Amino acid sequence: MKKVRGFWFFLILSVFVYGIVQFLISAGMLDIYYSNTLIFIGINIILAVSLHLVIGITGQFSIGHAGFLAVGAYISAIITMKLQLPLSLALVAGGIVAALAGLIVGIPTLRLKGDYLAIATLGFAEIIRIIFLNIDYVGGAAGMQVTHLTTWTYTFVCLFITITVITNFTNSRHGRACVSIRENEIAADAMGINTTYYKVIAFTLGSFFAGIAGGLYAHNFYIIQPSNFGFLKSFDILIFVVLGGLGSLSGSVISAIFLTIVSTFLQNYPETRMIIYSLVLVIVMLYRPQGLMGTREITDFFGKWKGSKGGNSDAAKSFTESS
Amino acid sequence: MEWIQQLINGISLGSIYALIALGYTMVYGIIKLINFAHGEVFMIGAFVGFYAIAGWGLGFFPALILSMATCAIFGVLIERIAYRRLRNATRIAALITAIGVSLLIQYTVIYARGAQVEVYPNVLANKKFDIFGVQVSSQSLLILTVSIILMIILQFIVHKTKIGKAMRAVSHDMEAARLMGINVNTTISATFAIGSSLAGAAGVFFGVYYTKIEPLMGVIPGVKAFVAAVLGGIGIIPGAMVGGMLLGIVETIVSAIGLSLWRDAAAFIILILILLFRPSGIFGKNTREKV
Repeated sequence: MKKVRGFWFFLILSVFVYGIVQFLISAGMLDIYYSNTLIFIGINIILAVSLHLVIGITGQFSIGHAGFLAVGAYISAIITMKLQLPLSLALVAGGIVAALAGLIVGIPTLRLKGDYLAIATLGFAEIIRIIFLNIDYVGGAAGMQVTHLTTWTYTFVCLFITITVITNFTNSRHGRACVSIRENEIAADAMGINTTYYKVIAFTLGSFFAGIAGGLYAHNFYIIQPSNFGFLKSFDILIFVVLGGLGSLSGSVISAIFLTIVSTFLQNYPETRMIIYSLVLVIVMLYRPQGLMGTREITDFFGKWKGSKGGNSDAAKSFTESS
Repeated sequence: MEWIQQLINGISLGSIYALIALGYTMVYGIIKLINFAHGEVFMIGAFVGFYAIAGWGLGFFPALILSMATCAIFGVLIERIAYRRLRNATRIAALITAIGVSLLIQYTVIYARGAQVEVYPNVLANKKFDIFGVQVSSQSLLILTVSIILMIILQFIVHKTKIGKAMRAVSHDMEAARLMGINVNTTISATFAIGSSLAGAAGVFFGVYYTKIEPLMGVIPGVKAFVAAVLGGIGIIPGAMVGGMLLGIVETIVSAIGLSLWRDAAAFIILILILLFRPSGIFGKNTREKV
């Protein structure tokens, strides 16, 4: 009952936020610069939440998320630019192909653990990037021209679907299985949870939403190049999740919003931005390794209705101590 | 004959990878951390060598030694400042910190001196020898010789000296080593110093051999050297040497058959195949997972 009320509250809140921003854009009070920043924030939240499902909920350390972003971006760009089909179809297709890529990458690599998994996902992301670099159909290193089609409506609908699906997934039986894998994989195995199955499910779902974000990303930037999807892009997504708290959905949303605004201000100083990012990352890891929010959610602070939870706060401690 | 030539080029490239991979494998063997910042130590080594040769007019060998010494200090500092606090943290926290340190070094260097490419001065006379119809440049011979000498010195340190014995003990069981009166912190610092100085040497070789250096040059060789370390069996010193050589040869062959754009992918494909089919590497022994 409480969960249902929380959901309606979330729905009304998001319609409200959407309505205000859409009104401001159509009334011409937000110029193109601000509306673009808002779209970019939305894309980054989708990316952060999709990686949160893999790292925060399931505890599988992937540093190759930009690879799936690239798959979604290229597939959706091919569909709108080469096949002249509408954007909504392109987004779905980008998501599905990215999910397939996630499935293909996930089945072999998710047998690995910890450092090896990280390096293998990094390797796969690089391979995906090099494949796009070598396909002349999508422009090779020069990149591919894409018309600007992403609007606030598209971004917000995708964002809403992403957060709803991932919250519900986390609260479902499957989500609890994933949390148990994060807490202790051997114990989860012993309790009869098919760990490989759930890890692959979470990874594929995360890749699906990364692919959708890729579609939005491609149609927001006029041009996509393989160099946009290198390790640094994966790192950008990773820092949202790590800074917000490994296991906290609202934490990754907040840090995605915050860091996107910060990096928009530092756009003309890319080196300064990277220095600040990496310093923040090192300092957070040294002094607060569970991230700013830990595994708590923002709703926990209000006490009354508890929204999605990725484990309890005791779990935060054991997560940082074990593995 | 062309194939032998490619093989020799591959071995020269491979010896650079091997020198970097040694640092990875030693650090991983002792504190189970993938030191992502190792590629940046390699870059710093190349730049120190460059400034020593171009700025102060030093010769090749003084520059090499200066670069190795600087990198050794640098590596110890990285460990002291960033990694020591994390010794009991989770693997993921340590890995994220290592990525952060790596990016911090890259962009601090870019911030300090700009991202422009520097051309290494021609410090070694590059003669071509003709051995049985195979063209061998004196540079690649020298690089190969010096790398092998460094590896022999490393083997000597690890197996014959007291600090080497301490390193092996700590990598075997850190707690037991501490109980036996080994100063674990000093030993780990020494490991970082040795590994980083080898990376510094590799940086100078890279500059001399490929003539172009830039602040982001450490990323790809760093990751590839890690691949080499995994290929040979991470934590095993001869494994890193063999893995580096093999990777260099494979890359040169991939370029030679006209797939040079796929060269970088080759390393990652090798990595994934190794991780899937023989995760302990060529020289590694399978260890059973304990609960």
